[in-house]
Amino acid sequence: MVSEIIVQLKGVSKYYDDTPALTDVDLYIRKNEFVTLLGPSGCGKTTMLRLIGGFEKPDSGTITFKGEDISNVPSHKRRVNTVFQRYALFSHLNVFENIAFGLRIKKMKEPVIQEKVAHMLKLVNLEGYEKRDVNSLSGGQQQRVAIARALVNEPEVLLLDEPLAALDLKLRKEMQHELKNMQRQLGITFLYVTHDQEEALSMSDTVVVMKEGEIQQIGTPEKIYNEPINAFVADFIGESNIVDGIMRQDYLVEFAGNTFDCADAGFDQDEPVDVVIRPEDLTLMPPDRAKIRGQVRSVNFLGVHWEMIVDGSDGTSWLVHSTLMEPVGTTIGLGLEPMDIHIMKKVRA
Amino acid sequence: MRRFTLTPYLVWMVLFTVVPMLLVLYYAFSVPTAGGTTWSLENFSRFFEPIYLRVFLRSLSLAVISTAICLLLGYPAAMIMAGSAFKRKNVVMLLFVVPMWMNFLLRTYAWLTILERSGFINSVLAFLNLPRLNILYTDKAVILGMVYNFLPFMVLPIYSVLSKIDKGVVEAAGDLGANPLQVFIKVILPLSMPGVVSGITMVFMPAMTTFVISRLLGGGQFTLIGNLIEQQFLVVGDWGFGSAISVVMIVVILLSMAVMSFFEGPERDVALW
Repeated sequence: MVSEIIVQLKGVSKYYDDTPALTDVDLYIRKNEFVTLLGPSGCGKTTMLRLIGGFEKPDSGTITFKGEDISNVPSHKRRVNTVFQRYALFSHLNVFENIAFGLRIKKMKEPVIQEKVAHMLKLVNLEGYEKRDVNSLSGGQQQRVAIARALVNEPEVLLLDEPLAALDLKLRKEMQHELKNMQRQLGITFLYVTHDQEEALSMSDTVVVMKEGEIQQIGTPEKIYNEPINAFVADFIGESNIVDGIMRQDYLVEFAGNTFDCADAGFDQDEPVDVVIRPEDLTLMPPDRAKIRGQVRSVNFLGVHWEMIVDGSDGTSWLVHSTLMEPVGTTIGLGLEPMDIHIMKKVRA
Repeated sequence: MRRFTLTPYLVWMVLFTVVPMLLVLYYAFSVPTAGGTTWSLENFSRFFEPIYLRVFLRSLSLAVISTAICLLLGYPAAMIMAGSAFKRKNVVMLLFVVPMWMNFLLRTYAWLTILERSGFINSVLAFLNLPRLNILYTDKAVILGMVYNFLPFMVLPIYSVLSKIDKGVVEAAGDLGANPLQVFIKVILPLSMPGVVSGITMVFMPAMTTFVISRLLGGGQFTLIGNLIEQQFLVVGDWGFGSAISVVMIVVILLSMAVMSFFEGPERDVALW
């Protein structure tokens, strides 16, 4: 079942002093979806979040919330809440009052506030911290207060701006799980901004990859990873070998001095293309049976697998992830399946 | 080494702070007698005579009024300057500070010529066929002089605290449903309290003890506590009574600082004071 669209951006552009931050962006977010905006810094992902939160106004285009145009509605009148990157907690209030802030603004009755805040403290694992000064909390605890402060208002959409960026790796992993669980439990739509592709892939229902103010690709994590639409997405989502190739005919591509069967069609004959191959899709094999041959230049043990850089005989260098290892200097062959060869149109001529 | 480098400062402080303070205390608690001096509280009991209490209360009320006016004028000014929409922060800051480069006496004398019967204001009023304004040598003129001289001391600490408030906190309050007025009352004002407290302290203390402003703009008919102390030392020659009033003032100021630091909260380091 496909749920209703809750937030929609149509042709939205935003400029800062004539520099485009977002150009003509279209995006919709369905109810209860976990959507992640992913991209390098300066790609416009935070700008998009701030437009939806009401902290900025679009220079053109419209933003609708449940079909209603909210492009010029100030943030305090929007039914969305935000978890800020640097938490932005109220340092003059204790943990309880920070979380209760939105409820007090809505003039809720004291017993209701007590109950809701207590429930939130339990949800974010901070029971017993009510009276604590927020400045005395650790980064992870402050993050939880920030999340509780936003969630207690029961927003229909929760906006999260790189909420885990300041946490260390272990805590970040924990919080990723907790956030995902909260989202499932509460049935709230999450719009999550990050530059961490692993975070995006593991948490989201839908990933929106952005670059220089434009959306590159929208899709499920699997689709984005397995079928990146262009070399930028392929390179940004995980590591990739991107080599120049020429599409000889449908299902036949030439690169690295050889022709390969592939799964793509619909290009012009002899059209120059980008060929994207994931390092884990390259398999080690005896050189005499392989179409790609090369010499191992470096070997790096990464725990689960080995990372090898192989200098191909035609000058291309290949990044290979494998559970097998060949020592530096060995001549080896690399094999790959037609399904693992991703052909992409050149972004520019 | 460390002790050695501290020595000049210690000598300085002993010579010019500790010794004078001890002298003030000595004179305050002693009266001259036929054979020399004897310890006594007489100087203090004199202070509580109605005539001197009235001077004290008048000083207090003028200081409170001018501090309040400085706060009402200075807070919005600091807020506008700290606002992100305001581009010419440095220029306005300079305008606030430039008068302080000029001698305090000169600045106050300037007001004399502006306010006097045939001064600038009255010339303009006369030119417009409006009635004269006679505020020179009234308490209004004294308050004006205090506000003019001490306003920067209110604006600067408040500005310094306001400009350090994280913009994200203001956005967060709006995000949680607070309208601009609620954001101000519930977030900006409480967070700026350290600046307000140090501004009040820095205006109230000189306003309470000034004797130049009241003499020049009050025309001598407005004796304030500062004038009283000055008179005792330079005119009457009663060092004992003058010292006693000084001690009372020190106690009053210490008490008011203690009260203010209670409001200041834990973030003392943000403020100037």
